[in-house]
Amino acid sequence: MATLESQTIIDALEQQFPGKVVAVDHPYDFLTITIAHGSIKDVIRYLYNEPSFSFRFLTSCCGMHYPDAPQKFAMVYHLHSFTTNFRIRLKAFTNEDPPVFPTLTDIYKGANWMEREAYDFFGFRFTGHPDLRRILNMDSLEGWPLRKEFPLEDPFRKDKDDAMFGR
Amino acid sequence: MSENTKLHPNAPERAAVQEKEYTILNLGPTHPATHGIFQNILKMDGEIIVDSEPTIGYIHRAFEKLAERRPYYQITPITDRLNYCSSPINNMGWHMTVEKLIGVQLPKRVEYMRVIIMELARIADHIVCNAVIGVDSGALTGFVYLFQEREKIYEIYEEICGARLTTNIGRIGGFERNFNDAAWEKIDKFLKEFPGVLKEFENLLVRNRIFMDRTIGAGPISVEEALAYSFTGPNLRAAGLDYDVRVMTPYSSYEDFEFAIPVGTNGDTYDRFMVRQQEMWESLSIIRQAIEKLDKISDKTTFHADVPEFYLPPKEDVYNTMEGLIWHFKIVMGETDIPKGEVYHAVEGANGELGFYLVSDGGRNPYRLHFRRPCFIYYQAYADMIRGNMLSDAILTLSSLNVIAGELDA
Repeated sequence: MATLESQTIIDALEQQFPGKVVAVDHPYDFLTITIAHGSIKDVIRYLYNEPSFSFRFLTSCCGMHYPDAPQKFAMVYHLHSFTTNFRIRLKAFTNEDPPVFPTLTDIYKGANWMEREAYDFFGFRFTGHPDLRRILNMDSLEGWPLRKEFPLEDPFRKDKDDAMFGR
Repeated sequence: MSENTKLHPNAPERAAVQEKEYTILNLGPTHPATHGIFQNILKMDGEIIVDSEPTIGYIHRAFEKLAERRPYYQITPITDRLNYCSSPINNMGWHMTVEKLIGVQLPKRVEYMRVIIMELARIADHIVCNAVIGVDSGALTGFVYLFQEREKIYEIYEEICGARLTTNIGRIGGFERNFNDAAWEKIDKFLKEFPGVLKEFENLLVRNRIFMDRTIGAGPISVEEALAYSFTGPNLRAAGLDYDVRVMTPYSSYEDFEFAIPVGTNGDTYDRFMVRQQEMWESLSIIRQAIEKLDKISDKTTFHADVPEFYLPPKEDVYNTMEGLIWHFKIVMGETDIPKGEVYHAVEGANGELGFYLVSDGGRNPYRLHFRRPCFIYYQAYADMIRGNMLSDAILTLSSLNVIAGELDA
């Protein structure tokens, strides 16, 4: 099995997409690269097609919400290259609301429901997605449940006040 | 029967059947043949499925949102309810995720004990899946026979953690208690008795002409499609790709074990059945190896790592020492310090790669927790897999994919 070094990927991406690699990090030995919002799909397509990388497996993708940060929304992609057994995490941040990301369904078929989940819970739009509907929640639900401002419990209930414990 | 034959002289005139008229058949949400809450609206041409429209989310419980309000140790019971046929794997996966975040190295003994429990859970899960494939193809005998053995696995869980289905087994940092003698006896008894039962179950089905005719070629998926759909676990391996998290990214000392990864070729129901069947034999061998390794470890009492910040002190310390009381209070109230950071940890669940993406902002709850649920990801291929097949094959395909509603809907 060929081995892959993090630095090889970082160098290749910086050479291929100058200025689009926003940040590089290694939290818990997991290569994490933040990509400029507009280039995320090109980067993933490059990582998919480049023979020495061939990240052919989309492990998961999910949304993130940071209400207090300058960039409020993010998509986090976990890719896995089976030929080199290397995992990579890619992030793309945006501040527009509703956030718009390109769909990955034409690269990975499995992205279909993952992106529907991100739409369902965060209200992310995916341009080019074939069937962007809610998936786990009911269609009539208002709001985006995993955004931080969405209340976990019925906000009108008064009997569950346990402010004593900081909740 | 011609179109205008009346079944009874008093029956109303039949409407003339139009050319290419499709029937819309509502399979589910609750249907005895789907073994869970799945709705599929099928467009049928006679017995052939032309198209299908799956609807999921009937038992969605918002685990990811719930997790944002719970301290770390209280998330374990949530993970029970993902794939409830093999809860211990989910529990262990979650413990390992948190242990990775706080940087705890477990003693080898605890890791081998975890391996035993996880492999027992894998066997229990595969028993459900394979026995149900038998039921759906018309063979109830194997189901009844094999489920007795699953009961024995549940009795082992019961000795260790007191629960059977939603186990909440183990703690962050190890196990809640050492395995008692009864648990070891039950594990030994299971290892002695189960191979005979499993062999007999195989004799019933593996070369059974009716079973083979029903399952070979039912709901096939090619390896390229399976990869594109992010399949993992036995379903991907049945299609022919030997991806197993236990080997690719070993956790809990799986690198110390010798075992084979069974791989299929056609990716059909029969291959999925056979891969799971073979995995049960491999799991048995892993458990035996783990017991051997445990015998070589002279220490017989360690059952957790030394992490006072996360592992509850024994009750006598809580009642008699100040430190014990303080730690107990801090852990129960979720007030211990957690590092900031993000981890992804994956375990080989019974259905494939079960991943936990945990983002911590240092607070008492996770900032965000995303479950990579194998069922949710591969069930989206179901519509493609059954297109052009018969309705009865669609039922078999569903049970051989082993879609568990709890994991699907989270």
